[in-house]
Amino acid sequence: MRLGVENISHHYGETEVLRDVSLTVQPGRIICLIGPSGCGKSTLLRMIGGLERPDKGRVRMDGAASPDSLNPLTYIFQDFALLPWRTAAGNVSLVLEGHNLPRARREAIIADVLARTRLSDFADALPRQLSGGMRQRVAIARALAVSPEVLLMDEPLSALDAQTRELLMDDLVALWARQPFSAVYVTHNLAEAVRMGHAIVILSRRPGQVREIVEVDIPLEERAARIDELALLQRRLWEMMRDEAEAADREIANA
Amino acid sequence: MPDVPFRGGGYATRPRRWVGLVVMIALLGLWWLGSARGWISPIALPPPQDVLAAFRDLFVTGRIWDHLGASLYRLGMGWFFGSLAGITVGLAMGLSRSVRGGAGPLVAALFPVPKIALLPLFIVWFGVVGEGSKVATILFGAFFPTVINTLAGVDNVDRGLIRMGQSFGLSRWAIVRKIILPGAAPSILSGMRISSSICIVLLIAAEMIGAQNGVGAYILFAGANYALGQLIAGVMILSMLGLTVAWLIGLVEKRLLAWRG
Repeated sequence: MRLGVENISHHYGETEVLRDVSLTVQPGRIICLIGPSGCGKSTLLRMIGGLERPDKGRVRMDGAASPDSLNPLTYIFQDFALLPWRTAAGNVSLVLEGHNLPRARREAIIADVLARTRLSDFADALPRQLSGGMRQRVAIARALAVSPEVLLMDEPLSALDAQTRELLMDDLVALWARQPFSAVYVTHNLAEAVRMGHAIVILSRRPGQVREIVEVDIPLEERAARIDELALLQRRLWEMMRDEAEAADREIANA
Repeated sequence: MPDVPFRGGGYATRPRRWVGLVVMIALLGLWWLGSARGWISPIALPPPQDVLAAFRDLFVTGRIWDHLGASLYRLGMGWFFGSLAGITVGLAMGLSRSVRGGAGPLVAALFPVPKIALLPLFIVWFGVVGEGSKVATILFGAFFPTVINTLAGVDNVDRGLIRMGQSFGLSRWAIVRKIILPGAAPSILSGMRISSSICIVLLIAAEMIGAQNGVGAYILFAGANYALGQLIAGVMILSMLGLTVAWLIGLVEKRLLAWRG
């Protein structure tokens, strides 16, 4: 399935947050959305997944979703959004329960996604018993359980420390290498963007507009090793963003 | 060079369970000794053997089951249905703006009324005999704190979790049952803890005003007859009743809220 964002504009009251944003998510590709704070990137992501309605423009799904997909557009949240009273397996089960799957099928899916996120030994652990990185892996397992067509990731690593972030990026790349998925990945971290994105969309400061779309040709699996090229790319991105980020910072200070 | 002197510790409270038991036994001993020596006037406090005699009498005649049974029935019915109604209304108010707008002022106006003031009204409605008036008083006593705590609990459920549920396409009912209710459970249970003690107060007051049996009536008759041994025995039964109810709620909390660790 191809996802097309077409001419989205949006206001919150008097404040214009997005202006005429268009982009395309091709199957099997990860699109990173970066931009200064308050540029509307999280708002845009909520619109892509249908959690918020834009004033103008629309999001189109081209091509039918696979019949196996229980929830074609699936989020991974910054704060994990796990139910604290359910175990890791229970949190995955939550999103399968409404679909009338036979019990055995449901348990097989849970076991499979927990194995893919290396959580099999922690199936019965409650979120509070898990580290931040493991909690986000539970959330990733939950997202994989519904066989999404497009993953919508809202700063998925921002609540984690630097080392855990590295580990999780490796995990995400490994998951993608095993079974390519499409994703919109919102982040303010340029290092994440150059590691994870097939294309990087730079949004301007508020109102968010697409300033530039940078294609990254290095295969995802090779990026960890080709660190010098990534550093150069990251530098280039920063130069494109720097003035915007500075201006956005001043605006927030004056607001 | 001297060692660094230790300056930490000293404020960590470690429970010493036996201290409480020793104080209890010492007080009982003092009570017994004071009554035997005539330091304590029997009009102020009956000797412990009078209280024991009252308990023996209660058990030998079987009146204990009559009184306790009546009280437990009123408390159980009133508290259970009051809590059930309170959770239902609180949930509806938390989920629907129009229910909140409609019921909110009514709840706010009735909440501060001491429910015992409504007993005469309930007696007019349901009659002096029968359990209706007493159960209704207790039911109202349980209802309001439960409504308020349920509403606060629903309001406090993490909006991020609800958005998560919506984003995975969970039905509205599934979100209520699997996200909102468990999320509000801590607040609901603490409301039930509060309402249980309110209900015991109302139970005794209602039984003192309009009942032939029940622990409240037993205490009132004992006082009227200057049977202080019976009176103290009745108070002790109430203490045990309160402790048992609190223990039961603690048990439920432990089971339902184990995830909080």
